[in-house]
Amino acid sequence: MKTIQSMIALFCLALLLLLAACSSSQPAAAPEQSNPPTAAPAPTPSASEKKEMILATTTSTQDSGLLDALLPVFEQQSGISVKVIAVGTGQAIKLGEEGNADVLLVHSRKAEDEFVEKGFGINAYDVMYNQFYIVGPAEDPAGIKGVQSAKEAMAKIAEKQSPFVSRGDDSGTDKKEKSIWKEAAITPEGSWYISSGQGMGETLQMADEMRAYTLTDEATFLSRKLNLEVLVQGDKSLLNPYGIIQVKSSTKPEEGMQLIRFFTEEQGQKLIGEFGKETYGKGLFVPDAKQR
Amino acid sequence: MNRVEVRNLEVTYGNRTVLALDRVVFERGGFYGIVGPSGAGKSTLLRVINLLEKPVSGQLHLFGEEVDLSTLSYAKGMPLQRQMGFVAQKPSMFQASVYDNVALGLRYRKRNRVQIQALVQEALDLVELSHLSDQRAHTLSGGEAQRVALARTLVCEPSLLLLDEPTASLDPYNISIFERVIQTIHRQKHTTILMITHNLPQARRLAQTCLFVNNGRIVERADTEAFFHHPHCTELADFISGRMIC
Amino acid sequence: MMTQDVWEVIWLSLQVTTVSVAIGMLAGIPTGTLLGLYSFRGKRIVVALIYTCMGLPPVLVGVVVYLLLSRYGPLGALGLLFTPEAMIIAQVVLVTPILAGLTMSAVQAKERTYWETAKSLGASPVQMMITIVREARGGIWSGVAAAYGRAISEVGAVMLVGGNIEHHTRVMTTAIILETRTGNFTAGLQLGLVLLALSFLFNSFLMAGVLNQMKSRRR
Repeated sequence: MKTIQSMIALFCLALLLLLAACSSSQPAAAPEQSNPPTAAPAPTPSASEKKEMILATTTSTQDSGLLDALLPVFEQQSGISVKVIAVGTGQAIKLGEEGNADVLLVHSRKAEDEFVEKGFGINAYDVMYNQFYIVGPAEDPAGIKGVQSAKEAMAKIAEKQSPFVSRGDDSGTDKKEKSIWKEAAITPEGSWYISSGQGMGETLQMADEMRAYTLTDEATFLSRKLNLEVLVQGDKSLLNPYGIIQVKSSTKPEEGMQLIRFFTEEQGQKLIGEFGKETYGKGLFVPDAKQR
Repeated sequence: MNRVEVRNLEVTYGNRTVLALDRVVFERGGFYGIVGPSGAGKSTLLRVINLLEKPVSGQLHLFGEEVDLSTLSYAKGMPLQRQMGFVAQKPSMFQASVYDNVALGLRYRKRNRVQIQALVQEALDLVELSHLSDQRAHTLSGGEAQRVALARTLVCEPSLLLLDEPTASLDPYNISIFERVIQTIHRQKHTTILMITHNLPQARRLAQTCLFVNNGRIVERADTEAFFHHPHCTELADFISGRMIC
Repeated sequence: MMTQDVWEVIWLSLQVTTVSVAIGMLAGIPTGTLLGLYSFRGKRIVVALIYTCMGLPPVLVGVVVYLLLSRYGPLGALGLLFTPEAMIIAQVVLVTPILAGLTMSAVQAKERTYWETAKSLGASPVQMMITIVREARGGIWSGVAAAYGRAISEVGAVMLVGGNIEHHTRVMTTAIILETRTGNFTAGLQLGLVLLALSFLFNSFLMAGVLNQMKSRRR
């Protein structure tokens, strides 16, 4: 029995390694190559080995393809190779606290401020923002289409007890959603409130399957073909600012600072603004760099 | 009605014919000894009769019932199967108590608990093993296990008992018990018995009629006394005297 | 994570896994027994297929079941996606080949003389199969343990078709993923240890059961 089980375990392990190998090789296939004129994907620079750093970021920057558009340019210019760990904001910040990352690129202002206050981070900058949408089925059972304020729309959903899929994973999007509920003075609970504990793409898929509402970032929503419609947008509370922060305990302050400068200065900002225009007809992120 | 008959039997392995018989008859209540060199086809004959092996062709007549062996399905053969008992040279004990092993055939036949208990007790008494009723069958010695295998077969009261070298690996004590039991059964219940053995004195002791099988054919058949004293063919004479090179 | 939630998650894991393995046993053990006992034309292909399916990537099973049960898929009308039933369907697909394959090996490991003995003693085809299954129970139980271990620790398929919905389809493995992704490594690790402990308990329980049965089965 042990042999069989350990064989299965071994097999699973081998599969895992294979999967890991596949996923880590993905960034090499940059889908946005044609977009920025300077983005000739550079072969790994022949710089010394220690020129390497870790960027912990949220899944949205990776999944939308933004990093694939920016990082090759940076790597070519600086000779620093950037390893990306794309996780939820909660985990990204945890990585920073434990010194397992050099720079964070995340979107939860409150958690970011706390991170800096507690002394884990320095050199915090605003980088860009994107928008959140409240999306749902075309039949719109709660009747929120055209409602201006996000909290009013959410209140209507809660009142009608229409199904709403929440990320429930402590991510930036999840925190944003929770903050809107809080503003509306509602504690969402009951069988209509579905906590998926998964990423944005999966959550959108689930909302589509269940004919439910959800809060989504623009980039992920636009990159999926689903039968969901944008029902509420444009409210100030639906703006989603991204920040970039250096981890204080980083052993590579020089490289980290170079990356932060790239994201916040002219060239990086221009690339951010242009990103997505070709594919979606409009930029997915609005650059607005400034030091906090 | 009162006979077992096999007709037009042909058994082949690949393109080698191992058994080819036109007709062989065993009368009800007879005790038949079957001898012959290894590989002659003796075991195959018993296995075919017990429906464990399918011949290319062949009819079996068993006490009034007639079946075509080459096309017989498992389910259709079951009623015939339940009139026969088979004891092989090496007993296969199931992982259970001696009692459960002996009760198995009766449970297959859906007999009730009380009957089973009485019959199993009786069968174990017969082979002198009632004191081991609760023991795990796997822990028995070879001789004990073979006696349990005999009890397990006899408890179902077969009309035809097929024995394939059952005492070949037993010590003299176990052999004597085994022989006594089958003789008792033969005398009291008039069970028809076909017994393969390499032990010629044993065949002489037990059988009324003996058959000599060689190269897939029945070469000679006679009353036991005549069989051993005046063998007709030279093959049998050579076999009995140990001159035959097998 | 609250204590009550943890129990809920553990309980659902056990329910889903137990039901899946039970259904898998009903399908896999008879199939494996038949394959172990009889030979027929095309058996080699069937056996090769089963051995391949024993190593099916759970994620692949998850995707296929997802597409079948999706609102836009052929079985969408059943409305089973993102329910415990969907998770059970995916796990049954995963464990049945394991149970069939290991039952087959266990039955084949028993010498032919055992089933001939049963047949000689007058067993009907079904009775004979039951006798052989009981005879090969040691090997079959280890198949059950392997299947249970695979089902309870599986995450790819249940995440896809269950959706990891809190209070509804969140099981131990998907909860561990969530805890890890949100930076609660401690909670993830604790749940992982619970999973390990459960596997250990279950396996010891199975082993004890096997040994007991071997020692003392009475009339």
